[in-house]
Amino acid sequence: MESASHHSYRKGKNVLMQLVTLACALLTIIPLFLIFFHLLRSGFGSLNLAFFTHLPRPVGEPGGGMANAIVGTLVLLGLATVLGVPFGVFGGVYLAEYASRRVAWIIRFTADILNGVPSIIWGMAVYALVVLRMKGFSVLAGGIVLGMMMIPMVLRTTEEVLLLVPSGYREAALALGISRWRTVCSIIVRTALKAIVTGLLLSLARVAGETAPLLFTAFGNSVWSHHLSDPIAALPLQIFTFAIAPYDDWHRQAWAGALVLLLMITLINIVVRLLTRDRFAK
Amino acid sequence: MGRWASVPPASAGPFQNLGMKTKDPGGDAGFSQDTGVKSPWDSIFKWFTFLMAMSVIALIFLVGYELFKSSRLSISKFGWRFLVSSDWDPVAEQFGALPFIFGTLVSSLIALIIAVPLSIGTALYLTELAPVWVRAPLAFLVQLLSAVPSVILGLWGIFVMVPWLRENLFPWLRSAFGFSPLFQGPIYGVSILAGGIIIAIMILPIITSVSREIIRSVPGLQREAAYALGATRWEVTRIAVLSYAKKGLFGAVILGLGRALGETMAVTMVIGNRPEIAKSLFAPGYTLASVVANEFAEATTEIYLHALFEIGLVLLGVTVLVNALAQLLLRAFGGSGVKA
Amino acid sequence: MNASTIDFPVQMNRNESNAPGQNMQKPNSPEPEAHAIAPATAFQIGKLSVSFGAHTVLKDVSLDIKARSVTAIIGPSGCGKSTFLRSLNRMHELVPDARMTGTIRLFGENIYGPEIDPVVVRRRVGMVFQKSNPFPTMSISENVTVGLRLNGIRNKGILQERLEKSLKMAALWDEVKDRLNAASTSLSGGQQQRLCIARALAVEPEVILMDEPASALDPLATTKIEELILDLKKDFTIVIVTHNMQQAARISDQTAFFYLGELVEYAATRKIFTNPSVKQTEDYVTGRFG
Repeated sequence: MESASHHSYRKGKNVLMQLVTLACALLTIIPLFLIFFHLLRSGFGSLNLAFFTHLPRPVGEPGGGMANAIVGTLVLLGLATVLGVPFGVFGGVYLAEYASRRVAWIIRFTADILNGVPSIIWGMAVYALVVLRMKGFSVLAGGIVLGMMMIPMVLRTTEEVLLLVPSGYREAALALGISRWRTVCSIIVRTALKAIVTGLLLSLARVAGETAPLLFTAFGNSVWSHHLSDPIAALPLQIFTFAIAPYDDWHRQAWAGALVLLLMITLINIVVRLLTRDRFAK
Repeated sequence: MGRWASVPPASAGPFQNLGMKTKDPGGDAGFSQDTGVKSPWDSIFKWFTFLMAMSVIALIFLVGYELFKSSRLSISKFGWRFLVSSDWDPVAEQFGALPFIFGTLVSSLIALIIAVPLSIGTALYLTELAPVWVRAPLAFLVQLLSAVPSVILGLWGIFVMVPWLRENLFPWLRSAFGFSPLFQGPIYGVSILAGGIIIAIMILPIITSVSREIIRSVPGLQREAAYALGATRWEVTRIAVLSYAKKGLFGAVILGLGRALGETMAVTMVIGNRPEIAKSLFAPGYTLASVVANEFAEATTEIYLHALFEIGLVLLGVTVLVNALAQLLLRAFGGSGVKA
Repeated sequence: MNASTIDFPVQMNRNESNAPGQNMQKPNSPEPEAHAIAPATAFQIGKLSVSFGAHTVLKDVSLDIKARSVTAIIGPSGCGKSTFLRSLNRMHELVPDARMTGTIRLFGENIYGPEIDPVVVRRRVGMVFQKSNPFPTMSISENVTVGLRLNGIRNKGILQERLEKSLKMAALWDEVKDRLNAASTSLSGGQQQRLCIARALAVEPEVILMDEPASALDPLATTKIEELILDLKKDFTIVIVTHNMQQAARISDQTAFFYLGELVEYAATRKIFTNPSVKQTEDYVTGRFG
């Protein structure tokens, strides 16, 4: 039999390890709270109507805002969605509905590796591919780079949610004499549509904060952009530019921009969480 | 019907073999080898989705090719010397990547040393040891942390973390561990150690969430067997869960390493950006990704630009290898890939 | 309604005459004079064998299935009855490595013919599954009309008419007519299964295959489905797989007993349950095994 003291040693160790892992969890999320705290403290004061409606002002002139950067981020995200999502969604459809095991493995593996390629590398590749050819930084290059980064993410989430659709629905549709591609488009994809959109939103939230790939594609500016071939500002770029500059005014603006950007991203995450709560409620 | 319809490999897809092969040894009826006349839209659609899926294969080659093509001047001029030389002198047009390779490896190593125990501990807490009602909200917070953009973390790093490190943690480290060359020398705040800490914060969520998936996939039977022996909760975790999940957790760590190596904005903002190889962790450093971020737009000569592209190529090569290793480990453990 | 009255937009290429009653070519078909009243043969199945990979599931099955009657397929689990049913509308082809030999003729036409699209076969031979599977993102009415809409019927009037007709035939109309736009998932289990039947009926098939359609339902809902089947056989040929022998006895006209992939006995239901010719059949229907 186990002695009483050994038993209490084991009990004690159990409690100790629970506390240790709890400490790990707290240490992991403490940065999150600190970031939110400082963002609110330093950013909230600089938020005003002008921030959302005005262009940035040169150093020394008070006021100004990030209107062009906010709009720029939305434009870039829209362009990225248009360019990247068809590849991601239909590629995911291929993986889930048609691909042979081997081809699916290769594509999945490649997509997972692409998800791990540093974002700055994407920026360099699109610089060589688009910016050098078009002889200038542009909205288009920025949209292309974000769209490219979305492809592997959207592809993987689409595939995953399609595989969750019970095969009974495929059978039912085919037994009605509906052709296979219509079954896929109108029954399977429709059944999983909400989950596909969720995955799409998550990938948008991820590229919304990307800075490195935009440094030498969209490049940023402090005016309104009117053409796809103009450079365009984006919130993350603007935050970066202002943060590393030596002016207090700009620092305040950077905090405000960061607050707005993080709120946007958090909002998307919360929407996603609400959407996924009843995934495939049957 | 395209070429693909005639070569359907064994499939996992639910629709495979719709045009199945029929065998007719008796010649009893008029079966053809390829039964079924399908509407052309079926094969058009399949081809279309196939092309869309192949885009990821095309992308990885495209990225590699563009970087290679744009760095060939540097490759031909410096050869392998590029990787081992520590000269980085744009004026003299001498380029060597060693300081950046050093900075990248050291900052990533620091990040792993900090992040691995924390994230595996968090993952264990989330799956095994925490009260059930805590788990979902806590997991959501970890997910939120992963959603914080690098540039925001960098902003916080410059204005909050670095001053705090400079005033509090670093002096304390120097007085406590000053006997080691790692913790000697002047304190600027921005440093390779600060870079490592910020990378650690960036990779904590991904290692945590992948580890959590791994631990959750440990079969319940393993746990029950340990409980049946009279083990405490922690003992169950140690005996049944950790030993079973070792390989997968290693995969999670490697995946974290892949992210650490390529982390750009936050590091660039706090690491100090000085291309030198210093013994002290308090000294500024530079990484592969941050030199590109900082100098790319101002690279005026062609050879300078090509050298930066070659740095990108090195970074791409390393991260592809590391990520491939991580994915193989995770697949070997879980059967399917763990996306992140 | 019989096959000749079906006004389905995409008809299959028929080799022979359209009227099912007139294209009998097999020697064992009923006497020609009896066309008008005698039930025609819907399926003529000859030497059907099906295997999945190396595993043979059906061996040399030959039988004729009468039109506008209910044919029950019984047998212990794993006897191949479900595979048999699925081979009648080529649904078994969804399984990788499926192989079949033999012939299946539907009203005289080889449904495995080289020029036959399985999609068209399935429009003529509908199916109801064990687990009710209404499409969860669609309303009740969308579920019923989806087969028509995806096959190109856009005319609101036709869709409305078919919707009502199918729901009435499936004995569901009165229960749902006030909430046709409600989610299909809001229905009870038995209602969902009748919705699936209505969905299958809406494309106006000639044959309806049912794979244990009531096995997941409570007794009351099961009774409704059985009444429905008896009602539907006036217009449709029904082939039903069931493991419930009382059910087979109650609703079917013919019964086929399968065992280990082979057709052991096929005869009028009364004969199978009262005076089977084969000992195995007797053992099974009296509950001595299976």
